Amino acid sequence: MANISKEEVKHVAHLARLSITDEEAEKFAGQLAGITNFAEQLNELDTTNVVPTTHVLPLVNVMREDKAVPGLDRDKMMKNVREQEDGQVKVPSILD
Amino acid sequence: MTVFNHSSSELQAMIHNKEISIADVTAEAYNRIEALDGDVKAFLALNKEQAFKQAEEMDQVPVSERGPLFGLPIGVKDNIVTEGLETTSGSKILQGFNPIYDATVVRKLREAGMITIGKLNMDEFAMGSSTENSAYKITRNPWDLDRVPGGSSGGSAASVAAGEVPFSLGSDTGGSIRQPASFCGVVGMKPTYGRVSRFGLVAFASSLDQIGPITRNVRDNALLLEAISGVDEHDTTSANVDVPSFVESLTGDIKGLRIGVPKEYLGDGVGEAAKQSVLDALKVLESLGATWEEVSLPHSKYGLATYYLLSSSEASSNLARFDGIRYGFRAENVESLMELYKETRAQGFGDEVKRRIMLGTFALSAGSYDAYYKKAQQVRTLIKQDFDQVFEKYDVIIGPTTPTPAFKVGEKNEDPLTMYANDILTIPVNLAGVPGISIPCGFSEGMPLGLQIIGKHFDEATIYRVAHAFEQATSFHKETPQLWEGANS
Repeated sequence: MANISKEEVKHVAHLARLSITDEEAEKFAGQLAGITNFAEQLNELDTTNVVPTTHVLPLVNVMREDKAVPGLDRDKMMKNVREQEDGQVKVPSILD
Repeated sequence: MTVFNHSSSELQAMIHNKEISIADVTAEAYNRIEALDGDVKAFLALNKEQAFKQAEEMDQVPVSERGPLFGLPIGVKDNIVTEGLETTSGSKILQGFNPIYDATVVRKLREAGMITIGKLNMDEFAMGSSTENSAYKITRNPWDLDRVPGGSSGGSAASVAAGEVPFSLGSDTGGSIRQPASFCGVVGMKPTYGRVSRFGLVAFASSLDQIGPITRNVRDNALLLEAISGVDEHDTTSANVDVPSFVESLTGDIKGLRIGVPKEYLGDGVGEAAKQSVLDALKVLESLGATWEEVSLPHSKYGLATYYLLSSSEASSNLARFDGIRYGFRAENVESLMELYKETRAQGFGDEVKRRIMLGTFALSAGSYDAYYKKAQQVRTLIKQDFDQVFEKYDVIIGPTTPTPAFKVGEKNEDPLTMYANDILTIPVNLAGVPGISIPCGFSEGMPLGLQIIGKHFDEATIYRVAHAFEQATSFHKETPQLWEGANS
């Protein structure tokens, strides 16, 4: 039985870029343990030599001709940007 | 009495005979939304101004240039992008987001002459089975406002069941079209994976997601699927296969049809009413010349666990794009870029979405990948093989869509696993990538029940033929909820 600690939840939340409070970590620890324990029923099945399915259809890579085509309009693309300056996206400082 | 009692072909005849104009049909949709949606709460953004403008222009188009869906109103699930019309995917993180292009299906609707009435409520990022996870409102079941409409396409199913619109689009990752269609007593099709372009569908689990139609009858459903299907250069997983005329397959003839009925679909955890409605439906189909036998999909019981691992893993990757930088919600009063990401996502996502992102991140993380993610992909192979084997001998698989009729709002909120168990009969279909429909097949406690018909890859035509034959032999699809007549306009 997998047990998921509060610290593990906090680590996963960091990987997922989610800030998380202590209470939330506690709550999610219990819920994630419940779900992963439920998922462990899959271990009843012997899957040695079973090929994993990533996609159900026999897909092949689709290539188009290597030719430049117009992309989306720049002004349009900036329409949903909350903070911008001189046609560029503004974010908080990246380096201290 | 509303004109939305009529099928699309009857509506077209009325328009051709000038009994009603396209502008009138458009107005009827908005009048009914005005009268009913305060209770049903199916719609988010409305497209009123554009829709009336389009309707007036379309009334001028010569009849000879009109197709079977021309001028008819449709609602679109809010995870399908519509240029200039707010698209939130039911999430606060996309509040105020105005897409700058149309999804391929939306372009195809326009080419067919359909008029987009508005956007339909859903569980946030399509994660849920009751539409209670929307950041905006809880959609209600038109048959009983105390009950959920199902989900995640709850708005899509409820709007059609309430007669606000005769057509809607939903999306189905683990049952999100079929389960709400079943709960609301309407027809909902999840097409074969690859049948419909996903370009412009906000991605949840890319190897499972499909867009599909919700309508009040099978023929309208077939017409709409025909209009939105086909390969698309913008979606490399859309399949380059012919799109047959699904409507031509509606012959009413199912003599000699071989039906497989999985014993797992009539077993533990499935309610008596749902079982009985399926057995009754099989009698109807037998009387039309079909035969059925019990079969087995032995790995069905592993579907739920497999699905939650795979869909959450894919979601954790797909939802990484919501970072507050280029669009959508952005947290304020933050000092660093990392804090901006973390606060935006913590404030922008609801609990269910966070839970799945974390489950997925966990399943994909070092040390867990083989035990959870790869294992689930291997079990997915076994589940798919179950279907392949049954389809060697049978034309369709039939069972209930859901174990029970619609439950009460708030009833299953405590434990995520209880909510997930709703989807045990629909999830294996997505994992195998095959098409499946839900059609009305009975009532229990005054609530609709759904019959699920599952077909071979790209054989939606046979599903529609069976669904149509059943529909013509029964009258469940003619029933409407009480509030239907309460909104005379």
